[in-house]
Amino acid sequence: MLTVERRLPPDLEEHRQIIRQYAVDFGLDFFEVIFEMVDYDEMNMIASYGGFPTRYPHWRFGMQYEELQKNYSYGLSKIYELVINNDPSYAYLMRANSEVAQKLVMAHVYGHSDFFKNNAWFSQTNRKMVDEIANHATRVRRHMDQYGQDEVEQFIDCCLSLENLIDSYAPYFGTPKETTEEQREQEALDTHGTKFKTKPFMDSFINPPEELEKERKERLEALEQQEHFPVNPEKDVLGFLLHNAPLKRWQRDVLGIIRDEAYYFAPQRMTKIMNEGWASYWHSTIMTTKALEDSEVIEYAEMHSGTMGTSPGVLNPYKVGLELFRDIEERWDNGRFGPEYEACTDYDERRRWNKPVNKGREKIFEVRKIYNDITFIDEFLTEEFADRHQLFTYRFDRQNGQYVVDSREFEAVKTKLLDSLSNSGQPVIAIDDANHRNRGELHLTHEFAEVPLRIDYARSTLENLYKLWTRPVHLVTTVDGKRKQFSYNGTRHEEKLVS
Amino acid sequence: MVKSVEPDRNRFQKIVRGKIRENLKQYVSQGELIARQGADTVSVPLPQIDIPNFRYGHQDKGGVGQGPGEEGTPIGDEKAGAGPGAGDQPGEHILEVDVTLEELAAILGEELELPRIEPKGNKSINTKKDYYTGIHRSGPESLRHFKRTFKQALRRQLQTGTYNPDAPVIIPTADDRRYRAWKPQSMPQSNAAIIYMMDVSGSMGNEQKEIVRIESFWIDTWLRSQYEQIETRYIIHDATAREVDHHTFFHVRESGGTKISSAYKLATDMIQKEFPPQDWNIYPFHFSDGDNWGGDDTRLCMELLTEQLLPASNVFCYGQVKSAYGSGQFIKDLMEAFPDNEQVVLSEINSRDEILASIKTFLGKGA
Repeated sequence: MLTVERRLPPDLEEHRQIIRQYAVDFGLDFFEVIFEMVDYDEMNMIASYGGFPTRYPHWRFGMQYEELQKNYSYGLSKIYELVINNDPSYAYLMRANSEVAQKLVMAHVYGHSDFFKNNAWFSQTNRKMVDEIANHATRVRRHMDQYGQDEVEQFIDCCLSLENLIDSYAPYFGTPKETTEEQREQEALDTHGTKFKTKPFMDSFINPPEELEKERKERLEALEQQEHFPVNPEKDVLGFLLHNAPLKRWQRDVLGIIRDEAYYFAPQRMTKIMNEGWASYWHSTIMTTKALEDSEVIEYAEMHSGTMGTSPGVLNPYKVGLELFRDIEERWDNGRFGPEYEACTDYDERRRWNKPVNKGREKIFEVRKIYNDITFIDEFLTEEFADRHQLFTYRFDRQNGQYVVDSREFEAVKTKLLDSLSNSGQPVIAIDDANHRNRGELHLTHEFAEVPLRIDYARSTLENLYKLWTRPVHLVTTVDGKRKQFSYNGTRHEEKLVS
Repeated sequence: MVKSVEPDRNRFQKIVRGKIRENLKQYVSQGELIARQGADTVSVPLPQIDIPNFRYGHQDKGGVGQGPGEEGTPIGDEKAGAGPGAGDQPGEHILEVDVTLEELAAILGEELELPRIEPKGNKSINTKKDYYTGIHRSGPESLRHFKRTFKQALRRQLQTGTYNPDAPVIIPTADDRRYRAWKPQSMPQSNAAIIYMMDVSGSMGNEQKEIVRIESFWIDTWLRSQYEQIETRYIIHDATAREVDHHTFFHVRESGGTKISSAYKLATDMIQKEFPPQDWNIYPFHFSDGDNWGGDDTRLCMELLTEQLLPASNVFCYGQVKSAYGSGQFIKDLMEAFPDNEQVVLSEINSRDEILASIKTFLGKGA
């Protein structure tokens, strides 16, 4: 392929340095950002690989590329910017964009990079992911060379089918417990009961050997008696399969790769509103207070309002995030927080509340550090905010075949919003028995939360799960108010009611 | 350095073609592709080409929106067009892939193992087409070849020493200008004419016409991939025959008796007037429910076929669509009259599921 000059041209490089300095002055603390110029074709290509042009080969990237190309040529969508969570961050600018757009995007990107670096939920992600992903690709290619592209690609399809079955919170509580059955047994065998610390000559009195032996036996017995493996329901289905499914070495490697990448991308889904809100807050702050020249105001306003646009059925994360950050800043500037304010019930008084404490900036920096979308909405979405921004819940009206406004009650809106964000909008499904019916069958349960699964997809997914587990697989979920178990045994699907 | 997306794209397209082939029978029998035909592509809906996973049924999901409106205000059928920048999740829609008619024909051909057609006809009939192959020193500005002009100017400046590497300004003069030039090239051409004839008498119902419609779409698609130019003519007949346009052909409903000979007569006239057989590959297709008005007319039909239509045509195809009212006699008469004639292809279509098999019968000979 043709190597095209990707570096910023001198005039943009000048802008970059200025904007970077503004960002630093505002207190943003980001990874260094490497900007590259690409045309729309390359942009779509990079975007279809999730931002990593060196990703492993797979047909779905080709599919995404075709879709992006089509949308672009029909004028339906256009990617302005793309930035990768990495140290240094890589950001791509569209060559055809105007100078104002490039300035806006640069400011926006510095906001993202600051978020990547400082938000706690990104703390466990690999900051050398660009290298890592390239290594993944090399490994996948090697397997393809050895075992055939079709075979490896089909296996990747199976893994991707289960890609969303990870435990997004696991990385923040120490290393995920990745133990196999044998390991746990060994552990139990190795223990010698509860031993108290003592002097050697007192040992046989304080830790009587017969007691230790008894305890050891008890533990072993308990292990024997134990009915369930895994002990607790395991949400990290990919991790569980990685260690317990009968896979070949190359399959284990591929599954590990898919899982690594899923965990890497998880925080971006967990902080979509905050991340975009934060970046938008900074592009608007930097542009309107510093970087914008008089002649550029109109064009900037058009672009900015374009990204902030809302349509009734969609909550624009850019808009909501930005407005929430602004709201927080204003509230903490005017002292509209704390028990005194919360206790005040008088509408007018609340509205006029003004105790200048000017802690707004400080507060939003703190917020960007420790919150994710769920806690962010839970803590900072106020009734006033929901009112001001006309938030509502909607539902599908079967009779008329369309979505309709359902409610404007604050509690309803907040609950619905939190629901849709929980587990990044993915159903919560965990393995609760890997030796179901004592036949080594895999049993999963969907933690039902009002919304049913799509059954046709669920069936196909079970088929893929079967390919990895090689024994019958079961999924319990709720359909039309009834608990049902869907099973696949390698040849056919079954479903039955369960209590 | 970006690696090219092409290999992955090709993989995807290969999978798409595989899916279409897998579901070809369904696409054919449902006939839904016809409505999706563009200028030269068909948009094929592909269910479940995306990777399945455990996900919510999106209709039941509901969500939070923003904007004015009382309770119960509709906000749209689908959550159409996510807002700007909100597109990081794959959309919940059936994927539609644009496939060229040529490609569709290729898939049909591979699936049915249709042989390529060896065109007859006058190889000396040439068409002229203009190709931009050359460069001229004069021409309209709209055809100016920028690169060549630039190169020419650069060359001149280097030669005359007016080129300054530190300030590389290239100014083309009138002499430097180069223009794209075309040359007409003649190509041998083979032409084909398809003449569709359909019985529209009272006994042919909507379902029968739909079958004819679907079948002719696929036949069209295939023959178009085999010939550069295809003329299509449509004849409907009950007791009398007349030529109609495409739309009328598929939508008209007449009633009354059936005289097949009237259609054959009209087809014969048409061939004589418009498609001299020595230059044209002619494909008459006749669809009917097999009812004809009396033995005399049938005899007349056979005569017309033997003397006029068959000598002029590559093959003559007769498809008999089963209907509740038709006697289905005509195909038997044809069988009797042309027991071993390779030029006469007969096919009975009892239901939509048999369309594919019928196409194979018609086109499987490669004539």
